[in-house]
Amino acid sequence: MASKAVYSHRDPMLKKRDDFEDMLEERRNSSDLRYALKCYTPVLYKGLTPCKVSELKQMVLQSDQLGYVITQVSKEKGMTSDEVTGEAAAILEEMAQRLQLSTVRFFAFTLSKVFKTLFRSICINEEGLQRLQQAIHNHPVVLLPSHRSYMDFLLMSYILYTYDLALPVIAAGMDFMGMKVVGEMLRMSGAFFIRRSFGGDKLYWAVFSEYVKIMLKNGYAPVEFFLEGTRSRTAKSLTPKLGLLNIVMDPFLKGEVFDISLVPVSISYERTLEEALYARELLGVPKPKESTSGLFKARKILSEDYGSIHVYFGQPVSVRSLAESRVNRSQFNLIPRHIPTRPSEEILSFVNDSAYRLVRAQEENMVLKPWVLLAFVLLQKQAAEEKQGTALDELTEQAVWLRDLSRQYGAFLHWPDHIPPSEVVSSSLSLHRGLVRISEGRVQLALEQVGGQQVPGETRGAITPEEELLNKAVVILSCASYRNQALNVFIRPALLASAIHTAASNRKQEIYNSFSFLRNMFSNEFILCPGATVQDFEEACYLLVKTGTLQINQQEVLITERGHRTLAFLTSVLDPFLQGYQVVCRFLCEQDGLTEKQFIPAVRKFIIKHLLTGRLGYIEVLSSDLQKNALAALIRLGTVQKIKGPESNNYCFNVFPSEARNRGL
Amino acid sequence: GFYANSSMPSQVTHELLLICTCLCSCLSLRSTAHQLCRVQSQGFLTCTYIHFFHRQEIMKWNGWGYSDSKFLYNKKGQAEFTGKRYRLSGMIIPGLREWMESTFGANLQHKTPAAPILNSSVVQPPTLNEAFLKELKSTGIPFSHDAEDRVFRSHGHCLHEIFALREGKIGRVPDLVVWPNCHNDVVKIVELACKHNVCLIPYGGGTSVSSALECPPEETRSIVSLDTSQMNRILWIDEKNLTAHVEAGIVGQDLERLLNESGYCTGHEPDSMEFSSLGGWVATRASGMKKNIYGNIEDLVVHIKMVTPRGVIEKSCQGPRMSTGPDVHHFIMGSEGTLGVVTEVTMKIRPMPEYQKYGSVVFPNFEMGVACLREVARQRCAPASIRLMDNEQFKFGHALKPQVSSIFTSFLDGLKKFYITKFKGFDPNRLCVATLLFEGDREKVLQHEKQVYDIAAKFGGLAAGEDNGQRGYMLTFVIAYLRDLGMDYYVIGESFETSMPWDRVLDICRNVKARIVRECKDKGVQFPPLSTCRVTQTYDAGACVYFYFAFNYRGLSDPVHVYEQVEHAAREEILANGGSLSHHHGVGKLRKEWMRETISSVGMGMLKSVKDYVDPNNIFGNRNLL
Repeated sequence: MASKAVYSHRDPMLKKRDDFEDMLEERRNSSDLRYALKCYTPVLYKGLTPCKVSELKQMVLQSDQLGYVITQVSKEKGMTSDEVTGEAAAILEEMAQRLQLSTVRFFAFTLSKVFKTLFRSICINEEGLQRLQQAIHNHPVVLLPSHRSYMDFLLMSYILYTYDLALPVIAAGMDFMGMKVVGEMLRMSGAFFIRRSFGGDKLYWAVFSEYVKIMLKNGYAPVEFFLEGTRSRTAKSLTPKLGLLNIVMDPFLKGEVFDISLVPVSISYERTLEEALYARELLGVPKPKESTSGLFKARKILSEDYGSIHVYFGQPVSVRSLAESRVNRSQFNLIPRHIPTRPSEEILSFVNDSAYRLVRAQEENMVLKPWVLLAFVLLQKQAAEEKQGTALDELTEQAVWLRDLSRQYGAFLHWPDHIPPSEVVSSSLSLHRGLVRISEGRVQLALEQVGGQQVPGETRGAITPEEELLNKAVVILSCASYRNQALNVFIRPALLASAIHTAASNRKQEIYNSFSFLRNMFSNEFILCPGATVQDFEEACYLLVKTGTLQINQQEVLITERGHRTLAFLTSVLDPFLQGYQVVCRFLCEQDGLTEKQFIPAVRKFIIKHLLTGRLGYIEVLSSDLQKNALAALIRLGTVQKIKGPESNNYCFNVFPSEARNRGL
Repeated sequence: GFYANSSMPSQVTHELLLICTCLCSCLSLRSTAHQLCRVQSQGFLTCTYIHFFHRQEIMKWNGWGYSDSKFLYNKKGQAEFTGKRYRLSGMIIPGLREWMESTFGANLQHKTPAAPILNSSVVQPPTLNEAFLKELKSTGIPFSHDAEDRVFRSHGHCLHEIFALREGKIGRVPDLVVWPNCHNDVVKIVELACKHNVCLIPYGGGTSVSSALECPPEETRSIVSLDTSQMNRILWIDEKNLTAHVEAGIVGQDLERLLNESGYCTGHEPDSMEFSSLGGWVATRASGMKKNIYGNIEDLVVHIKMVTPRGVIEKSCQGPRMSTGPDVHHFIMGSEGTLGVVTEVTMKIRPMPEYQKYGSVVFPNFEMGVACLREVARQRCAPASIRLMDNEQFKFGHALKPQVSSIFTSFLDGLKKFYITKFKGFDPNRLCVATLLFEGDREKVLQHEKQVYDIAAKFGGLAAGEDNGQRGYMLTFVIAYLRDLGMDYYVIGESFETSMPWDRVLDICRNVKARIVRECKDKGVQFPPLSTCRVTQTYDAGACVYFYFAFNYRGLSDPVHVYEQVEHAAREEILANGGSLSHHHGVGKLRKEWMRETISSVGMGMLKSVKDYVDPNNIFGNRNLL
């Protein structure tokens, strides 16, 4: 069933992908009501013992696992075990889903209406759904969609309902619970709620992990969660969170099920609903608390055109195959399996590697629209301060060049080849007219068009330079979020290009060293599987040699005649990030001790100052995501030290400037 | 050539005498069907004489058991079991053909017959150690280097061994067979072997399924198979202490029969007891079906005498338990012929039970069945034997039902089936059956039976009658014959076993069966395999599980290799899930590769150092275990 390799990096060109079908087409041609009331008989797991929601809770409360922790906690806290059991039951009550077909039908009806207004099409690879159906029948299934929008999990359930597949139970953040009615609605459509942080709470962890495992093991429903933990505000994949993946792999590792299928799902939006919202958030306008009324304000969204959505259900990945010859499962033989144990280093690194492979599998099947390539060009032009914009035909030429390059690198690009490129470009531009301005045949980012972005009620005249900058930054970060969708395609070649650029000679070893340094530096920023430096280097070399950019012999790396253009492009891909990391370093060097909370506002202030004086070129370094990643990388590399302050959760940073210099920053 | 010594004529007379007594006792047993009938309970009626020098005269040289007993499809295409030895003998088994066809996709048109006779010319001529041979002759101990005698003792009953024989392929075989008649003969042989650096491989019943009897191909010395079959006497019975002192070559069924004549039994009944020997049980740490009452071999043995290259090892007394350092018996038990030859054993005996009763319980599913067995073990009230077959094996057992003689019986069967599936709502594709055997005082048996059925009822179990139980146990003895039938029609298979803690029983059963199916698919097996299991023993802290695995190999170029890969994967799966390397089959050469991870490097070192001390020149060179 599942292929052993989640991805193959040897030749991305050879990647086979399924065709898409538009699922909205049928919705436009037949009754939504009849659809919502249709006969729903999904294929279920062959080992399923059907049980009710209430029975499920009983199973959790009566499990040996939870029983053990309850005894432990009651001893520690001097409570009776009945009291602790009561607490556990309350936690479970707060957490548990109450999947109801009627609610799903309600959503099926309303979402049909909403989707038809918002989107031109929702395209699904139906072969992927067939594979999923097979997987659901054979083994417990975990669905792992990418997370770019609130819409993701409703969309997932909507698709599964439409294609008569088993509805999943979904791990959702507690923040949704704030929205009273909606929260309960989501619960009834299969969501279960987890607190964002429950660090040392043994009981909570036990209830939660047992709840998930029991639903999974019994094949009650596919379990769905987001590997990235939260929505990516930048459209780059986030480095995966391991907690839930660890939990769902556990039943296999302990022999409680024969296998588990992990199904990566890539959801790509041509236009993200949260586009400007994310940009503002990255710039420091705090994320609005999810509230029902806030969602209604989003109604004006309904009048806009958001293009199409592509949902690609990837090859199911068998946990058994992943673990084969990697994990020695007999390590669980000597301790009763219901006693919670800290996972061994071996298990942790296995889960971590698997998580990266899965996120990469998600990335690889993300559909890229021509606009993504235009975003590259427009951002590079903007950074080069070409004030008068780019001529349409030049933009088209560059986009076509980039199209061919990205295809050679294995990108899953949806570029309609039967339409003249100029038309493709102009229709892309028109879909994203909020972000670009076209005048006299020249195109540029709509940086001056601040009025459109403004919150009503503010007076127009009193705009400070700082506000103006932030307004520009909103557009730039919005645009960057499209460019970022394709970063995974270029990242390895780009690292190589930058390595060639920075290395002192063209000796292969030297270039490898500098590649390795850069890759290490950026491993919080991009999805770079830990420990795979050599493979990544080989992959990058392979691509650049194959496309005629480089020639590599035993010792040396040589740039070909026609390779310069590609290399220049690739280096420029990393430039904003390099500059961002540099400025964070410079900022930290000027500090002596800083709390975690102070970091973002302070570094933002520092960057704004430098941007306004013109000493920094890339406005996008204002992104708090980049700043956080840079800090995390510096801490990881030991350049910055995190010291626990007098108050808990209050860290101080110590910088070793000499260290930083030594490491080439 | 066969070099008989002067004791031969008396030997033959002895045989004939035995034949007579045995036939008589069998006939009398037949006539008192409701009395306790141990022999009949086993499913075989007549006695064996496998202490013949040339066992191949009554036993198959390339398959299981007696030459006269086998499954075949008669002219009408019905399955039938030939011979007169077993309850099933001479009967038509109407369901077998359909079961074979539907389970394996086998077809009567596609035959893979075995080579009918051994072609002696393919057997390598013996590498004889002339000096050894010369001195051996002077001792008067019988020996032979006849090709058939050598080939017969060159293998156990692993699939690859039998498959090769059927194809007429013969590998390295012993160069000589010797038949010591008593302990002192063994002492002489071992001394000579040491003196002339000859490799000795002890041979008991030849029922090994661990490649233990295979001659190491790298062995360059002359290999002598030491056949213990002539050492088959009960030397004394001590009724005060309830022990019997027995020569180690005695075969299970003979031991029981002879003890029965004095009103005793050992109660040790491994599935191979028709052919396997006491010495073999000790050397492999055997386990018997009725261990719940009588114990496994390690519980039954009071005293062991073994001849090693260093001399004879034995304890000085027969105290029931001793605190004298590590028990040296435990170096002997499980040594698999690597340290010496077990010659005499003092064993516990028991008065024959007054009453025996079979039983069976149907459970709605395997999970409930396992839960019931666990509860029975918790309450320590397991009957003499309790076994739980999974659904596939239940169906298999069903297919082996002989033709029913009366309409009434078939009507009753139909009624039972209706009651269980329709009235009680059991899913015929999920239900499973436990078979039971109670033994002891009549009153206690009935009481015990009630206790067990009451527990079963709590787990949804329904009593399903004595017949089903008895048939279940009969299956044990004929199943080995069935493999030969399968091999006539492209089906190969084998069983393997393990033991595990209670909490892992279900997980291991599920995962191993699924692994087998998956591996078969991956390895290109064209038909879905039979992958089934049963729980055969219960303990306080766990259980023993037996797996059966077979598939139709049409379309495969190297079926045995595929089989071995799948079995290997299944063993890996067992170990990964917390099962043991072996419960009672032993390690042999087949499972050697996992010994280190099983007993740790230090453990290996301990065993090695014993081997190095006891047998520094590797005279007992079968290379098992380590």
